[in-house]
Amino acid sequence: MLTLEGLSKTYKTGETALSDVTLEVPKGQIMGLIGPSGAGKSTLIRCINRLVEPTSGKVMLGDLDLVRLGKRDLRRQRRRIGMIFQEYSLVERLTVMENVLSGRLGYVPFWRSFLRKFPGADIQRAYQLLDRVGLIDHADKRADALSGGQRQRVGIARALAQDPELLLVDEPTASLDPKTSRQIMRLLTEICAERGLPAIVNIHDVPLAQQFMQRIVGLRAGRVVFDGPPGELTEAALTTIYGEEDWNAMRQGDEEQAEAEADARARIAALA
Amino acid sequence: MTTPAYPTTWRRPPQIVKDRRWRVALQIGIAVYLVLAIGTVEVNWSRVYEGLERGQRFIMGFLQPDFTSRWKDIGKGLSESLTMTLTSTVIGVIISVPIGIGAARNLAPRGVYYFCRGIIAVSRSLQEIIIAIFLVAMFGFGPFAGFLTLSFATIGFIAKLLADDIEEIDPTQVEAIRATGGSWGQLVNYAVQPQVMPRLIGLSLYRLDINFRESAVIGIVGAGGIGATLNTAIDRYEYDSAGAILLIIIGLVMVAEYGSSYLRKFLQ
Amino acid sequence: MSEITHYSQVWAHRTPRKRLFMWIGWLGLVALFVWCWQMMTRDTIWIFVADAPRQAADIGNRMMPPRWSYLPELWGPLWDTINIATLGTIGGVLMAVPVAFLAARNTTPSLHILRPVALFVIVASRSINSLIWALLLVAIIGPGLLAGIVAIALRSIGFVGKLLYEAIEETDLRQIEAIEATGASGSQVLSYGIVPQVMPAFWGISVFRWDINIRESTILGLVGAGGIGLKLQASLNTLAWSQVTVILLLILATVVLSEWVSSRMRHAII
Repeated sequence: MLTLEGLSKTYKTGETALSDVTLEVPKGQIMGLIGPSGAGKSTLIRCINRLVEPTSGKVMLGDLDLVRLGKRDLRRQRRRIGMIFQEYSLVERLTVMENVLSGRLGYVPFWRSFLRKFPGADIQRAYQLLDRVGLIDHADKRADALSGGQRQRVGIARALAQDPELLLVDEPTASLDPKTSRQIMRLLTEICAERGLPAIVNIHDVPLAQQFMQRIVGLRAGRVVFDGPPGELTEAALTTIYGEEDWNAMRQGDEEQAEAEADARARIAALA
Repeated sequence: MTTPAYPTTWRRPPQIVKDRRWRVALQIGIAVYLVLAIGTVEVNWSRVYEGLERGQRFIMGFLQPDFTSRWKDIGKGLSESLTMTLTSTVIGVIISVPIGIGAARNLAPRGVYYFCRGIIAVSRSLQEIIIAIFLVAMFGFGPFAGFLTLSFATIGFIAKLLADDIEEIDPTQVEAIRATGGSWGQLVNYAVQPQVMPRLIGLSLYRLDINFRESAVIGIVGAGGIGATLNTAIDRYEYDSAGAILLIIIGLVMVAEYGSSYLRKFLQ
Repeated sequence: MSEITHYSQVWAHRTPRKRLFMWIGWLGLVALFVWCWQMMTRDTIWIFVADAPRQAADIGNRMMPPRWSYLPELWGPLWDTINIATLGTIGGVLMAVPVAFLAARNTTPSLHILRPVALFVIVASRSINSLIWALLLVAIIGPGLLAGIVAIALRSIGFVGKLLYEAIEETDLRQIEAIEATGASGSQVLSYGIVPQVMPAFWGISVFRWDINIRESTILGLVGAGGIGLKLQASLNTLAWSQVTVILLLILATVVLSEWVSSRMRHAII
């Protein structure tokens, strides 16, 4: 179970992306996160596994506060959290199999990963996952040879290879066509149901969120302004989340995403 | 329901050479080449060992450079290098412009095109140092031969890039000027020049930088400049002076690089 | 016609101030050029310059016809030259890789100490021509192939290091972030997130540098660092111009061939 307590994030530019977010995600629940660009969706998801460092607050995964962990412990805990991105975050020049196996990186020592000598059980599991997402015949292809929907399936398999206890999903359908988007969302919800996995899905497409999510949280300017089942997401509620403007049109120019990436860049500079 | 057995091993498929036999052959070939090549390197270890001490002195010279005792020679070499660099770049660029225009397929008639491309090919395929050897033999020792060498090399560099640039300009703009009934000269002035001018300035500054670096080399064969001073210093085993010269070269190249990138931004 | 008099009759596409600056700039350049020209030609002996065409004709006559019987003596030095370039490239690339990772903003372990050091190594290596490195090394470790190989290697560090660190800095952050999110360690992020992305650039740069090194290693012999340049130096010293022609033609052929090989290899890789 994941609990966020008073989570806040202020970027170096002085912009407040999250203020005092408190949420609870019980086991097995699929929660959709909606809100206009710059509402803090990307930041919220990245604060959970600390790809973005929160300014204050707690992230409790079970009994453990992730915010207090040191580098090494954080890496160990990140294994418990699978993350799925837009389809372009596969390592393009690696094969599909290597991309799935990279989900095991937190479990194996460096020499094994470097020589691509993963334990047999990991490889077996990777094949099984590829079969589950319907890509077992593509294992030896390079990731950049796949279509958008196929890449996203590989991304799902990679996250599952971690044996996660929680899935973070960041705009899984942002650059997919409507039909593929639906397929991907269906696969995601099925897999979560099979494993009783809780998931936080950051999604910009309101109808899609209403169709697939069990619970919806609306963010506006870094605050939770809606929390309830999809059925309660009325026109009035959407106006509270998105303001008076047409909430369906807000898809482009995710400045917040760029900012979160810039922050991650600064942090990677400190790493390695 | 039976669970299918999934394999427990996986090997990364080869990415470039797909055929196994070719791959093995290639690996053997590389190994054999390396053995043969390393075999040809005769190393006189006692000489290398002796050299270590000298190497140490050189590194010390680099760390504690001596700018003063040979300052007169260094100053002279430096002034030769710098003046040679500037004059050769200016003259080289001035000559490159007509040759570059002549070597652009979309502006020049066939005959002129081949002639200019020929000049460029000759200038590019010969290295500065070889040209310098010939020019020193013809014009005598000193910076004048160096100036000619660098000018010649500049022509090949600038004219080639300029010609390629002109060939890539937007043809609709050329047509627009043609349609107004402009002459060939007006065409070049109005349609081509505005499009390639910023690039030409950038290239000239870049070449200035290269010419300075090269001016440090051609002195070795007698074409004047800081290279001659450096050669003398190394011949006399004056590593502290040599270190000073090298540091000056590095410093000037850095200044030139930053300066030219700044100037390019300013001129855009 | 008199209605339009309020339009200016003068048109200029720059403001007067800007034009003034431009003119001053050009004037300054001309003045600098004249001054430099006078400085440079202060010691020039113009009689020699005037004599140059005759000298050129003389050398031209001696160079022709090429002495083809000299060719068999050149195969050995040519093989040495290729080895200098190849081994030097390998050595240079091996040294350049760690330097590049230290110099790239996103992989350097210390932004304020190691990165400037790595950048200085790159600049130092880049600003000093391989011939000067060879000159130094011949003085230090004695004439021969080794000096040439080390000279080529030292010169290659800067070139390969600069292009490689730029490639590392241009890697796609999303791919790296995704690897990090799996709980991978720093070295694993490097080997799964960054290395695959820079691999094509790495091979391209190495082959490109090898091509340049073939060209540069042909003349290293001028200062005693082995290869075909030794023969060139010897022929120049004995004023055997007809042999010089043969050597130059052979160098030209080698350079053209190596350019062809390297462009083929780069096509195969990318």
